Amino acid sequence: MAHIKAGVGVSHVPAIGVAMDQGITDQPYWQPVFEGFKKSREWMKEQNPDVIFLVYNDHCTAFDASCIPTFALGAAAEFKPADEGWGPRPVPVVKNHQKLASHIAQSLILDEFDITIMNEMEVDHGLTVPLSVMYGEVDKDDEWPALVIPLAVNVVQYPAPTGNRCYNLGKAIRRAVESFDEDLNVMIFGTGGMSHQLQYKRAGLINADWDQRFLDLIAEDPVYASQIPHVEYLREAGSEGVELVMWHVMRGALDEKVKEVHRHYHVPASNTAVGHIILENEAA
Amino acid sequence: MTKKEYEDIPGTFVFDADRSREGYHLNMFCISLGKQVNRDAFKADPEAYLDKYPMTADQRAAILARDWNEMLRLGGNIYYTSKLAAFDGITFQDLAAMMSGMEREEYRAMMVNGGRSVEGNRYKSEWGEE
Repeated sequence: MAHIKAGVGVSHVPAIGVAMDQGITDQPYWQPVFEGFKKSREWMKEQNPDVIFLVYNDHCTAFDASCIPTFALGAAAEFKPADEGWGPRPVPVVKNHQKLASHIAQSLILDEFDITIMNEMEVDHGLTVPLSVMYGEVDKDDEWPALVIPLAVNVVQYPAPTGNRCYNLGKAIRRAVESFDEDLNVMIFGTGGMSHQLQYKRAGLINADWDQRFLDLIAEDPVYASQIPHVEYLREAGSEGVELVMWHVMRGALDEKVKEVHRHYHVPASNTAVGHIILENEAA
Repeated sequence: MTKKEYEDIPGTFVFDADRSREGYHLNMFCISLGKQVNRDAFKADPEAYLDKYPMTADQRAAILARDWNEMLRLGGNIYYTSKLAAFDGITFQDLAAMMSGMEREEYRAMMVNGGRSVEGNRYKSEWGEE
């Protein structure tokens, strides 16, 4: 049986990918950002997941304003890194576990989560930056160490799905994974955030106290965290901080009580607060 | 229409369905610049390229003037308008500085020192706005 025993929350700031691609992670500006992922990379080697279920948001790359699915699951054999206006990132093509992805899609829909199924899709920094920070540099001619099932969540046009809906979707994803016959170690990532606002006169907003409280709640009181209303994210964590709803999908796929293995928080990466947490089911 | 609960946040446009509808052609123009062939066409003849997108005269003027905040006010979204900024060679951080009316170095220093505080920046009333 396939199983999920650990989850990762992590920001996906594009500038972090650029820093890795340009080989400038040792610079004083970037060093503290990457220092906090050293332990994560060791942990990834120990865990060695077969598949990563990666919850992220597309930044008008695969989905522009013409089509805005709330939840879109990648079912294609592979996903190429997209050109976001400055050329594709030099990272490997992302390969799917297609049978598991199809099984999850079917299970979710019968479980009343009416997701969109993507049989063609390019992926942007929202998906590839979390892989890069967790695995370190991987040459574009090599392969990512795990297969990846992408789930794109709309957080660009208001409203994003509620935290509650995301949390319950996480539970449905776990049910889907655990009803798949093949013995697979599946890990789940929730990405985006933390506090940041990229637009208009309040651009640059960071709220470290709120972010730390969110990390505490995600670890210890996920049901309460899933009830945070959108307006609180917008006001307290900035207009783009609402990306954090995606962490609830990850959290819903884990036990209600978990062990916090690692936490990292740093301000800034470009315009954004970088947050990261690793959680394991107690029985894992 | 009743006032939306997020409209009392200062210095912020929440890109909801109303804004998305209003800004549709402006945003579709911006996102088209993600492709090299379109960047080349826009560079060669900006006016002719803009003719392909049936936006309002105000939206078109804001684009040509590179009035980043006006684009947002008229329904633009930052993930779209940032493609036009990238076309101009402007980084995301420098764009953020411009939109918030700060000098580049001043903005960068603010971020390195922990970012813009939420204190005094939660409600329009704190900015003397309605």
